[in-house]
Amino acid sequence: MEQLLSEQVKKSRTPARLDFYQSATGLILGLFMWAHMLLVSSILLGNESMYWVAKSLEASFLSKDPTHGYPILVTFAVLGVFFLFIVHAGLAVRKFPSSWKQHRVFRSHMKMMKHKDTNIWYTQVVTGFIMFFFGSVHLYIMMTHPDKIGPYASSDRFVSDWMWPLYLILLLAVEAHGTIGLYRLAVKWGWFDGKNPVSNRKKLKFLKNLLAIFFIVLGLFTFAAYVKIGIEHRDKQGERYIPSSLTSQAKPEALINYQS
Amino acid sequence: MRQEQQNGRKLKFHILRFNPQIEGDKPKMVTYELTEALGMTVFIALNQIREQHDPSLQFDFVCRAGICGSCAMVINGKPDLACRTLTSKFPKGEITLLPLPAFELIGDLSVNTGKVMRAVSERIEGWIHDKNMGEIDLTKMEVTMDPDLADNIYELERCVECGCCLAACGTKRMRDDFLGAVGFMKVARFLMDTRDKRTEEDMYEIIGDDDGIFGCMSLMGCEDFCPKDLPHQHQIAYLRRKMVTVK
Repeated sequence: MEQLLSEQVKKSRTPARLDFYQSATGLILGLFMWAHMLLVSSILLGNESMYWVAKSLEASFLSKDPTHGYPILVTFAVLGVFFLFIVHAGLAVRKFPSSWKQHRVFRSHMKMMKHKDTNIWYTQVVTGFIMFFFGSVHLYIMMTHPDKIGPYASSDRFVSDWMWPLYLILLLAVEAHGTIGLYRLAVKWGWFDGKNPVSNRKKLKFLKNLLAIFFIVLGLFTFAAYVKIGIEHRDKQGERYIPSSLTSQAKPEALINYQS
Repeated sequence: MRQEQQNGRKLKFHILRFNPQIEGDKPKMVTYELTEALGMTVFIALNQIREQHDPSLQFDFVCRAGICGSCAMVINGKPDLACRTLTSKFPKGEITLLPLPAFELIGDLSVNTGKVMRAVSERIEGWIHDKNMGEIDLTKMEVTMDPDLADNIYELERCVECGCCLAACGTKRMRDDFLGAVGFMKVARFLMDTRDKRTEEDMYEIIGDDDGIFGCMSLMGCEDFCPKDLPHQHQIAYLRRKMVTVK
């Protein structure tokens, strides 16, 4: 009650903070997703590359045994992303059409205007909504199975664990939502307005389209690579990948133990 | 120049007709045909339709030159000024006219923008605020303003309050309490004016919530459909940056 009274005298600063945090979490998540895409696409360079990326992210360089990492680090990283994801979703949902009437008005507005920036906002609403569910499933699995990341383990998850339909939808939703979101952030805060905001916005829009195409194409190739490995590896589900550089040499003791 | 235009091609105008004053009247689309003339604008065509087809057709105009902002309407889906839209812009010769959404309909293509614009001005208190205004000595010379600042203020003050920015705004369409670009432009204008003694904190009281600057979803309808090409995107971003840092 006192707070409500004080807001009559001085307007609450909370809406400013909410707007800022929505943008900030969106920025971190958007950039994270680009990095994520580049990292998982290492499979296109071969199993060994992806193995190296996965092990490096588990900080295996801190261990004497190259096959040993610290997957708990992945759990913490996912926990952090999950937290940002939930905060961002909570803040962004404030902007969703909140009734059938609002939704209907917005749809008819889109139909009338055929205005690109208005339409891609709706794309963000739809893809955001999809990610509430599908993103949560993915994040939870990665958080609870941080050690199951590798050329074979990930491919098995695609095919044998039937995650590929979810990943395909997530790929399209994330890349669309992320690139549109980052473009909108730049416009919203005027980061690249410069001396000529009109022409700079056109350039930003071009860049947005280029990046969206790049990441979706890269994503689809990556998706295909994991599915292909997953199908080939279906009979040996659960077997972990060991790089040939390690198997051809004398095996370290830890590796032998690990395999047995 | 295209041959058919020289000869005067046939134009088809599909216009929403509805008079809320007439009991039982229902909105309907009515088609009018007329011959295109050289340099014809939608405004000229509307006058012709009213003269030749139906004198009861309602639409607003004053200046015929894009200065008064009265003749804004939705032309083939886009909010724009009728007097500044050449019919030659539409190669198919089919032109659909609707009244501006987001405003109270007076009849046919006429909407009450004045009511909304007045409310916007009152809401943002669109006038110079200076507590010492009463002590101004009228016998003294007025303090001069830097010409660059005057130019910048003039740039923002070119708004003709036509209402295209509100009609083009998806946020305004969904949430009626949203202030919209015309209001933000005025706030930016008074924030820039050194004669207005209001601080950023004072402006936060006006636009510092989800009905104000933080409600804007950057759909950019205002920027892309402003007939006066006002720098909405730049000013809204500027206000957002200012308001988010207000302590």
